[in-house]
Amino acid sequence: MIKQKVRVKTFQINGIDVTGRSDSTILEVAKEHDIHIPTLCYLEGLSCVGACRICLVEIKGSNKLIPACTGKIKEGMEVFTDTDRLHKHRKMILSMIFAERTHTCSVCVSNGHCELQDMSVELGMEHSQVPYLTNRFDIDASHERFVNDPNRCILCTRCVRVCDEVEGAHAWDLVDRGLDTRVIHDMDDPWVESESCTSCGKCVQVCPTGALSEKGVSATEMVKKKSLIVNLLEMRNRER
Amino acid sequence: MSAPTDARYKMVERTMKKLGYKRSALIESLHTAQETFGYLDKPALKFIAKRLRLPLAKVYGVATFYHYFRLKPKGEHNVVVCMGTACYIKGAKEILHRLEKRYGIGAGETTEDGKLSLLTARCVGSCSLAPIAICDNKPKGKLTVEDAVENIEKALS
Amino acid sequence: MITTLEELEEIANKKQCENNECREELRVCIGSSCLSLGAKEIEKDLKKSVKDRGIEHRCRVKGVGCNGLCAAGVLVSHYDNESGEEVLYEKITEEDTDKLAKAVESQKPLEEHRSDMSRGFFAKQKKIVLENAGYIDPDDIEDYIAHGGYRALFTTLNDATPMEVISQIKQSGLRGRGGGGYPTGLKWETVAKVDAEKKYIVCNGDEGDPGAFMDRAIMEADPHRVIEGMALAGYACGAAKGYIYVRAEYPTAVEKLNKAIKQANRLGILGNKIADSGFDFELEVRLGGGAFVCGEATALVTSIEGNRGNPRQKPPHLSDHGLWGEPTVLNNVETFANIVPILNNGAQWYRGFGTEKSPGTKVFALTGHIENTGLVEVPMGMKLSELIYDIGGGVSEGRNLKAIQTGGPSGGCIPADMLDLEVDYDSLKKVGSMMGSGGVIVTDDSSNMVEVARFFMEFCKSESCGKCVPCRVGTTEMTDILDKFINKEATKEDFELLKEMCEVVKESSLCGLGQTAPNPVLSTIKYFEEEYIKGIKDD
Repeated sequence: MIKQKVRVKTFQINGIDVTGRSDSTILEVAKEHDIHIPTLCYLEGLSCVGACRICLVEIKGSNKLIPACTGKIKEGMEVFTDTDRLHKHRKMILSMIFAERTHTCSVCVSNGHCELQDMSVELGMEHSQVPYLTNRFDIDASHERFVNDPNRCILCTRCVRVCDEVEGAHAWDLVDRGLDTRVIHDMDDPWVESESCTSCGKCVQVCPTGALSEKGVSATEMVKKKSLIVNLLEMRNRER
Repeated sequence: MSAPTDARYKMVERTMKKLGYKRSALIESLHTAQETFGYLDKPALKFIAKRLRLPLAKVYGVATFYHYFRLKPKGEHNVVVCMGTACYIKGAKEILHRLEKRYGIGAGETTEDGKLSLLTARCVGSCSLAPIAICDNKPKGKLTVEDAVENIEKALS
Repeated sequence: MITTLEELEEIANKKQCENNECREELRVCIGSSCLSLGAKEIEKDLKKSVKDRGIEHRCRVKGVGCNGLCAAGVLVSHYDNESGEEVLYEKITEEDTDKLAKAVESQKPLEEHRSDMSRGFFAKQKKIVLENAGYIDPDDIEDYIAHGGYRALFTTLNDATPMEVISQIKQSGLRGRGGGGYPTGLKWETVAKVDAEKKYIVCNGDEGDPGAFMDRAIMEADPHRVIEGMALAGYACGAAKGYIYVRAEYPTAVEKLNKAIKQANRLGILGNKIADSGFDFELEVRLGGGAFVCGEATALVTSIEGNRGNPRQKPPHLSDHGLWGEPTVLNNVETFANIVPILNNGAQWYRGFGTEKSPGTKVFALTGHIENTGLVEVPMGMKLSELIYDIGGGVSEGRNLKAIQTGGPSGGCIPADMLDLEVDYDSLKKVGSMMGSGGVIVTDDSSNMVEVARFFMEFCKSESCGKCVPCRVGTTEMTDILDKFINKEATKEDFELLKEMCEVVKESSLCGLGQTAPNPVLSTIKYFEEEYIKGIKDD
C-alpha cells in the first residue's frame, strides 16, 4: 500500500476558498464549510460508493463530472456544485430513480419522512421526465418486526453497507444485476429465515425510502433515526 | 446434488486448497463446482461459503452477478444461440425466435421434460461462422434462418 | 531448468533441428473457427494418411493457431522448410485429407483448394503481433523458443535496467490496444515509480465486445508471446505476480494459457530468479464469468478479488490503487503481445509502421456482411476502403456498403461515404466512433441503423451492472425509446428525450460502460438521422 502524509489543502468551492485535510472528499469539506451538496446514497459513517450520481459536481478544467462523496480534494482545484448543467443532470437522474420502480408517496409509510421525496422537492422535480418502467417485485413481510418492499428500493445499498460495516453481519447483499438487481438476505431467503440477520434493525433506520420499514406503522408514520450510525460509531470510538 | 459428503465436493475442495482458501478463490471455486455438478445449487453454494468463510449473501450475490453461472440444472441437451453482433445482423434473432417457437420455451428456459435448455450467449467469438449455435458443445456455424431449426434438431439427435 | 541465454539457444537449436528433420510440414489451423469446422479430426486424419503413405519422415502434420482467413476454413498450409515455400489450402473437409496427403506425396499441389496468397487479403497485411500465429505449435514452448521466443526476456534480464525497458516502450509510442489508446510506456512508468512492496501485472483477456475475437486468437495461437510480454512488464514495473483474466467462454484459450504457464514454470522461465537474475515472476489464469462490464479496469480487478464485478469511481486509478489495493498495470492481450517485437527490434523499427501518433499495427476482426470474414493485422492509419475492399474483399452477396461499425457497444457507425478515413485512435474518435478492441462490423444496405443502435443499447442494458442510476435505468429507457422508433410510434418529444438521455448517461455514469453506451445512438443520429425521422409517427 502506498502511504501518504496527511496535509492541508486549499481550494475553492463555488468561488469560496476552503481548506481540508488532504485525504478528505469534496463532500466532507463542503459540509465543514456549510456548503450544501444534494446526496442520496451517501450516509455519514458508511463507506462511499458514488452510485446514485446525485452529488455530481463540476471541476474547472475537466469535462468529467465527479461525485462529491468519493472525489478526493486537490490543491487549487475549483469545484462547482450548483451549475445549470448539474441541475439538469440531477433532475434527469432523479427522474430515472422515480421511473424505475413504484414510488407512490400517498400510500407509503415513509410519506413525509422520505429522502427521495425530499430530494424531488429540493430539485424542484414535479414529475418524472422519463416513462415509468414496469418492473414489479414481491414484498417480503416474513420478519416479525420489519418489511422489505423492493418496489420502493433505489439500490443505494446503505442497508448492505451498514449490515457489513457496522453490524458486521453481512446478511444483506445484492442479487442479479442491472435493472433486476435487488437487495436480499443470505441466499435470497425470506427475511425471517435468514441465518445471518441479527434483527438489529439498522438497515431499516438507514433506508432513505419506504423500502425497509417497521411493521405496524401506517402511511406517513415511519420516522427513521438518521443519526443512529454516527452516534453508534462515536460511542464505539469513545470506549476505546 | 446430494449432501456435501458427495465425492464430487473433493474437486471443489481441491480448487479452494490450491488457492489457499483465500476469499478471492470464490469465483474459481464456483467455476469448479459448476463444472463438476453441472449447476450451482444452494447446498453447493453454502459449502463454498463455509469453507471460504464468506457471508452467504455475498456468495449468492456473486453467483447471480455472472451470467456464466447457472443456479438451475441444465436440460439433457442444450443449445446456445450466439447473439453477438455478427450473428445478430445475420439473423440470430429470427433463429432464436424460431427455436423458441419450435420448443415452446423462451431463451434461458428448459423444456418441461428436462430434455432441452435454450440459452443465448453474448458472443462466442466465432464471428466468422456467424450465425452460430452451439449444440451440446458442438458448434454449428453458418446457419440460415430457414435451415437452423432442422440443423439443430439433427445435431441434438 | 534453464538459466542462461546459451541454454535457451540450445533448446532453440535442438528444436530447429528436430523441425528440419522433416522437410515439409502440413499445418492445420486449430483456431476456434476452424476447430468448430472439424480441424481436430482433419489433423488426425492427415496424420494417418501421411503415415499410411509412408511419407511421415519427410512431412510432419501439426496443429497451429489462427492464420486469419476464418471464412475459408478449415485452412491447411503446406510448408517447405528448405525453400520456405508455402501453399495454403482452404475449405478443407475430412473428405479431402487423403487427397491432400497424396498431393504432398506426389508433390503436385491440389489446385482445387489452393488459396491465392498474392491477393490483397494476405499481401496488404503486416503481421507483428500475429507473426507466429499459423506457424508455431501453441502447445509447445520449444517451438516458441525455436522461433526466437523468450530471448527478449533473457537479454533484458541480463543487460537492461527496468527504466531502459520503459524507455524503449515509451519511445515506441505503443498505445493500449484495449480501446482507449493510453500510452503503454507512461502507464508502466507511473507504476514503476511508485514505491510499494507489492505490485501486480494484469492482462485483460475478457474480450467482451460482440464481434471481436482478436485476443482470443492471440491467446490460442501464441500464448507464450503474451506471457513473455507480461513478464517483461513485471520486470519493468517491479511486480512479481501477474494474473491473466480470461473469459470462461474461451475454454481453448484458457487451456493453452494454462499449459503454456506450466511449461514456462517447468523450464524456470517463470518462477524465482529467472535467468539467474534477481527477478521473480509468477503467473495465474483467472476465469471471468460472462460479464461484459468486467472489461472495465476497476471491475476486472474486483472480479479477480472474488467479488461482483461492480466498477468503482476513478480516481484512484489502478496505478495507485489496483488489485488488493496495490499499484497495478492492466493491459490487454494485444498490448502485451506487442512488447516482445518492440524489445527485439527496437522502438525505431516499431515506429516504422503505422502513423506518427498511433505507431505499429492493429489486429482487426472483420465480420458482418463482408466477403473475407476473419482476423487481419494491418498498419495503423490504413484507409477504411483498403481494409474493407482490398483485404476484406468487399461486401458479401454483391450488395452495397452502408456503414462500418467499430468499437463495439462503445463505438459508433461510420457511413460508407467516409471510406477515405485513415484508421487510428484519433481519427476514429473524431468521427464519433472509437478503435475499441478492434471489431469491425460491416453492414450492407439492407440494415436498419436504428436497429443496429438498438442492438448495442440492449447489449449495454443487459450488461449494466446496476450500480449507478444513469446506466442502470438510462440504458433501459433508451432501449424502450428506440423500440418506438423501430415500430414507427415515436414522437418528436421522444427524439428530444433520447438525445437528452444520451447526454446525461454519457456524462454522469460511473464507468466506461455507461459513459460510452450512448455512442452507437449518437453516431447513428449524426449520420443516419433520416432513419430516426422515419420512425416518428405523423401527428
